[in-house]
Order: sequence, then structure tokens, then C-alpha cells
Amino acid sequence: MSTHEQFADDLALYALGVLEGEGRSAMEGHLRECPACSTELQRLRGDMSLMALSALGPKPPQRSRQRLLDAMAREPRQAQALRTRHWWSFVPWLAAATLAIIAVGFWLQNRNLRESIARLENQAAQQQAQLQRAREVVETLTASDALRITVVAANAPPQPQGKAIYVRDRSSLIFLASNMPKLPPEKAYELWLIPTSGAPIPAGVFKPDARGSAQVIEPPLPAGVEAKTFAITIEPEQGSSTPTMPVVMVGAGG
Amino acid sequence: MERSRLLSELPTGAVGDTALLSAVRSGDQGAMASLYDRYSGIIYAVALRVLRDTGAAEDILQEVFMQLWRNPALFDASRGNLAAWLAVIARNRSIDALRKRHPESDLEDCILSVEPDLAGDAERSRAMERVRGVMGEMPSPQRSALEMAYFEGMSHTEIAQKTGEPLGTVKTRIRAGLLALRKAFA
Repeated sequence: MSTHEQFADDLALYALGVLEGEGRSAMEGHLRECPACSTELQRLRGDMSLMALSALGPKPPQRSRQRLLDAMAREPRQAQALRTRHWWSFVPWLAAATLAIIAVGFWLQNRNLRESIARLENQAAQQQAQLQRAREVVETLTASDALRITVVAANAPPQPQGKAIYVRDRSSLIFLASNMPKLPPEKAYELWLIPTSGAPIPAGVFKPDARGSAQVIEPPLPAGVEAKTFAITIEPEQGSSTPTMPVVMVGAGG
Repeated sequence: MERSRLLSELPTGAVGDTALLSAVRSGDQGAMASLYDRYSGIIYAVALRVLRDTGAAEDILQEVFMQLWRNPALFDASRGNLAAWLAVIARNRSIDALRKRHPESDLEDCILSVEPDLAGDAERSRAMERVRGVMGEMPSPQRSALEMAYFEGMSHTEIAQKTGEPLGTVKTRIRAGLLALRKAFA
């Protein structure tokens, strides 16, 4: 016996679809747990199919065949494909859609990068132009062959003078001097930033050229110092950390 | 599609069910017509025997083949042979119609195991003769119980009430009848 004895008769009824009530529920529960009875059920359904061969009767009318052919013609294969489609048949479409989204993402990213590069190139060109302009200004100011003329009142003897241009926020200083007296050997002028409070800050050591001109361009300075004025002393060539009296020149500030 | 058209142009019986079903999956109406020519007789006979109404039997015939046309993947070789599967589906749908109830079994759930291959006309004829022989040799109460369950969808309780026989006896007769059919093809 290939099936459980207590279920054998009921299994035949179940195969025929005529087992009802509690017997049917019990059978379904048993079938879920019993491979042997499931196999026997398949065989009983096969036996049951043979019963169909015992049915005698006329052939179906010809109109039934035409009815089927007409019905099939009304249902295009594309619609059938949709009905029979399984979830995994969408995988290629999902993959294609994902790739399309990724491609669009890359295209957008590429476009943004191109725009950034163009923007940076434009900025670099502008900065290059500004740098070139600044270089020309500095070269003009510092050129050894530059003609430097200080215009003063007519008939007045030339006086030593200096012009300090200071931007506190950038700690940037340009100092131009003219008509500076010659110095003794091993001496130099030293420029001092006189803050609104605190000790003078060294702002560069310089020696005038044969015409008495000199420049101090962007000396190292502490950040953000509020300047009251600038002053000049004579110091050793290497400069000093504190001014040596007397002060030979001093500005008015502002 | 070309292969399918060639298949359906071959004489009935020259092409196996598997090849015809493959063509049906490709949308070949000719292959479907070949399957209809092969098995409509069995299906219609079962439906007519159950429903005793030609119009209703034609509806079952149409329904079964259209189910296969719409979704040929419902059947594959793991479900047994096509003729037996169609016969069981047709019988179950007919019983559902007779009892005016919604289909109780899903087509996809029906897996069966049966020996004879009914694809060829000759095999089908021999199998029919053998089944009718076995049924004819059964004791009348057994054949009657089996036919009431199969063709009328009667439960063993209904059969016992109708025949006045014990429930257990009815159950045993039905099962024994099915096993007798199996034995004839073993």
C-alpha cells in the first residue's frame, strides 16, 4: 500500500472533488505533510482522467471549431503575452530602465562638470589678466630705470618723502620713498608701522638708490593691525626689532 | 513562427503534443486547431455526459481550449500528459457548471500521473476500448457509484443516500473502481 490506509478511500473522493466537510479539510492538511499521499493523489487523478474515455457521445458540432478559431483570432498574441507574463519577464525592462536612469545621471553630471570647468577657466583667465595688470604695476613701481619725479612747490628744494599705502584687512603694504638722503655704510632705513595701541612693528628695511628712491613691497606683517601712522628710523643693515631713535620721518596717518 | 506553421500543416497525429504546445506558445492558431481536432471529442463527450446539454457542453469545450490558448504555460510535461489533463479539467469545469458553483480547483493545481499516451488516434481508440471494457466488467454497483461520483459530482454521502448502501462501502467501491482502471494500463 503506497498511501496511508486511513486516508486511502477519502483520497479517491478528494481526487474526484466530491469529498466534503471536515474530511476535505483533514485531507488537505494531511496532503501538505505527506509526499506519499500527494503522489498517490496524482495517480488517482490520472486514473480519473481515464474515466473520460468511457464517455460515449457525438462529436462536437463543426460550429464549435469555428467558434474557437474566431475567439483565438479576436485575442492577439501580444495581449496573451501580457496575461502570461511572470514577474521575472520584467527584469530586462527594469535593467534597461535602470541603465537609462544611470546614463541620464552620468550625462547630467558630465554637463555640470563641463559647466564647472568652463566657469573655472573663465575665472582663471580673469585672474590671469588681473595678475598681469598687478605685475605691470609693481614692475613700474620697482623698475630700476624708472624715472621718479616728486612734484613740489616751485622753487622749493626737494624734500625726502615717502608714501605708504596700507590695507589692514589684507595686511598689505606698499611704501614708496623719494629724495631720501644717502646713508652711512652698514646702515639702512627701517619702516615702522605704528599701531593705534602697542609697540611699533617692523615693516621692512630698505636702502635708497643713487637717486634717493626706494620701495617696500608687501613686507611680512601681523594680520589685521590697525595703523595709526608709519615712521622711518636709521638702523643696522639687518634691521632692528625696536626703533632706534631718532625718528627721521613720520607720517600723519589717515 | 515558420516552424509552427509547418507543424500545423502536418497530418494530425504526426506531431507530438509537446511540439504543438510549443507552437501554440508562439501564437500558432493552426497548432491550436490541431490540438482541438485531437482532443475535442473526449472533452465534448465528458461535458455532454455531465451536463446533458449540447450548448452547455460546447461552452465547456470553448472554455477549456481558450484557457489553453490564453495561457499555454498552464500545462507542461510535469503535469502529466495533455489529454489526461484536459479531460480532468473539462470534467471538473462541467461538474462546477452542473452544480452552479464557482470553479473550485485552479487549473495550475492539477498535476496527474497516467500511463497511456493519447496523442495518436490509434492509441486513443485502444485506450477507449480498454476503459470501456474495464467499466463493463465492473460489478454494477461499483460502476454505478464510480459514475455517479465522476459524471454527476455526487459525494459519497449523496450516493449512499441514493443507493441505500453504507458510506464506507460507497467509498471503497469508488476507490476500487479507479484502481481497476489503473491496473488495466499498468
